[in-house]
Amino acid sequence: LAKSCPGQETVTLYLRGVALRGRRPRPAPPSTSPPPASTSHPIKQEDNLTETRLVSHSQITRLYSRFTSLDKGENGTLSREDFQRIPELAINPLGDRIINAFFPEGEDQVNFRGFMRILAHFRPIEDNEKKSVAVSEPLNSRTNKLLFAFRLYDLDRDDKISREELLQVLRMMVGVNISDDQLGSIADRTIQEADTNGDNSISFNEFIKVLEKVDVEQKMSIRFLH
Amino acid sequence: MSFFSRGVVCDVAQRTRGSSLHRLSTCGSHRFCRGLNSPFTQPVVGAGVLPHLSFNQQVWECLLLCVHILLPCVKHYSKIQILQSCFLNTFSECFFSVLIKWATSRMEKEAKEKNQQLYKPCSNGIIAKEQASSLQQEIQELRGSPSGLPSVPEFELADIFYFCRTGVESILDDEVTKRFSAQELEGWNLLTRSNYNFRHISVRLTVLWGLGVLIRYGVLLPLRVTLAVVGICLLLVLTTLVGFLPNKEFYLSEKVHLMCYRICVKSLTAIITYHNRENKPKTGGICVSNHTTPIDVIILANDGCYSMVGQVHGGLMGMIQRAMVKSSHHIWFERSEVKDRHLVAKRLSDHVADKTKQPILIFPEGTCINNTSVMMFKKGSFEIACTVYPVAIKYDPRFGDAFWNSSKFGLVSYLLRMMSSWAVVCSVWYLPPMNREEGEDAVQFANRVKAAIAAQGGLVDLIWDGGLKRAKVKDAFKEEQQKLYSEVLVGGQETGD
Repeated sequence: LAKSCPGQETVTLYLRGVALRGRRPRPAPPSTSPPPASTSHPIKQEDNLTETRLVSHSQITRLYSRFTSLDKGENGTLSREDFQRIPELAINPLGDRIINAFFPEGEDQVNFRGFMRILAHFRPIEDNEKKSVAVSEPLNSRTNKLLFAFRLYDLDRDDKISREELLQVLRMMVGVNISDDQLGSIADRTIQEADTNGDNSISFNEFIKVLEKVDVEQKMSIRFLH
Repeated sequence: MSFFSRGVVCDVAQRTRGSSLHRLSTCGSHRFCRGLNSPFTQPVVGAGVLPHLSFNQQVWECLLLCVHILLPCVKHYSKIQILQSCFLNTFSECFFSVLIKWATSRMEKEAKEKNQQLYKPCSNGIIAKEQASSLQQEIQELRGSPSGLPSVPEFELADIFYFCRTGVESILDDEVTKRFSAQELEGWNLLTRSNYNFRHISVRLTVLWGLGVLIRYGVLLPLRVTLAVVGICLLLVLTTLVGFLPNKEFYLSEKVHLMCYRICVKSLTAIITYHNRENKPKTGGICVSNHTTPIDVIILANDGCYSMVGQVHGGLMGMIQRAMVKSSHHIWFERSEVKDRHLVAKRLSDHVADKTKQPILIFPEGTCINNTSVMMFKKGSFEIACTVYPVAIKYDPRFGDAFWNSSKFGLVSYLLRMMSSWAVVCSVWYLPPMNREEGEDAVQFANRVKAAIAAQGGLVDLIWDGGLKRAKVKDAFKEEQQKLYSEVLVGGQETGD
């Protein structure tokens, strides 16, 4: 599927024997002049991975290095135990839910592509990307960041946060320090404030509406170096 | 006179004079030139002046280095030879630094020519971490409310963002897991073991690397192994002999121990710089240090006599332990006794109370850490009422990484790796003695000592436990986080009522 485009070079990047090919885009026109962090490199030409437009070459290599250092079994995939070995993640009250987000439905292993997909959600939104007309929405858009957070609440993926799901997350976050009754009333109040169509659960649109004033772009973004 | 006895005679002469004359021992030639500032402790002068040495010059310097290593093994070590050796020492360190810089810059140049990306592990980390602010502050910011706890328990759906982001940040870059593997270098020092992502770039570099392999495995390794074997045999034989003497002849046993450790140090080509030797541990105290490798023991024992503390092993280690105990006092615990904290504390206190016995050497981290940080000190050794002498040890990773990754290598293969790298270069700082203050408990005291060691050695001071290498983190920490968050939720209500 190699498209022959003049002005594009194929850069072969070797990472411990795994060849990842990327294509350097044409130099951007002087008016937009994007900052270096947002140069786009598709990892593989044959896959239409628009989400991986979001990370540059050096970031990919650093992420891969991190991926292999976490992969103690050295089989090219990460399991849940590999994540739980990180102490700072193990003490995070929502650590298990975050780990779950990396694994697709019913699977126990995540490969590097899957790893990067999730991490791409946390890339900051660059100004020029907001203006660009993308074919499909990039993974780090505001909506997709909110969807990621929504899925942390919505465990059964029915696109609704029910009272039980909300209670579960609350219990994870406070531990044993708050009584059931108090927690229940907190949950009821939250659903009451957010629910607009009266079905006693929070849908994704209601979720977006509640959080419209929150600076999601900044709070759910991690700045990558280089 | 033979090579070994000369060392003993020199030390005898120095001791009887009772002055602090620098010891002119045969094995301590590198310490003789401590007066010249070792290039290790100063920025390398040569690198900026001579960026690209010619190939011939490098080969010549390689040969000079070999001569330097071989020199101490020659008998009749005269003063001229000592001077020569110390000059070579300084020169060889310069040479190494220049070589490493040259190798890395060549790789970068060639990579650029071929338009390849040269991956260099960066010590800065993958992500830019924000200023560490408390959970409370972050959640207040999220809610956009002014400082101060809310008057009614308030939960916002947005609170989850804080946990989400910190969780993913820790997946990308955390403080703990990277301490349990060897430190990544910015350049390449011609050792394949520290070659993470560099690939074949040029023939010239490969040739130099090949030459390095030849020298390291063909010349240095056999010499070093021989020296090590000699050192260990001598230790076993001489300490047993001294043990037969009446009253264990404390003075002689000290000499024997020091001599054998010096041979071992030479067998590793350890270039050690001791700083602030006036703060050396004295009897009736405990010496604590950061732990990177089992070689730490040899490096410290090279400069003074300590009583070791440890578990009884079998095999060769067990033989060495039994031999050492015959001529001086060491504290070896049986496996079953290790669990009994009171017994351990009692034996240590008894040893410390006896003023004739040497200071105890303890590594409170309990495990090997990769020399970029100092992890939690176990409080057991700080509960004993005596003076603590902190020592900071910092290795220079450019010459060969000294960290022992016990999950990857056994002890013997680790020692062989050490003997087949270029050298072990390190700095030892003796810090002023510390005592537990009024109203300070053991944990606070331990943290104070740890902070002092970390500051001196340029290491990161962490509160995490080194035991996390193998064990899971305790639930208590998670509960702490949950408690903090629930205070944000309901804390305001309690104060409001």
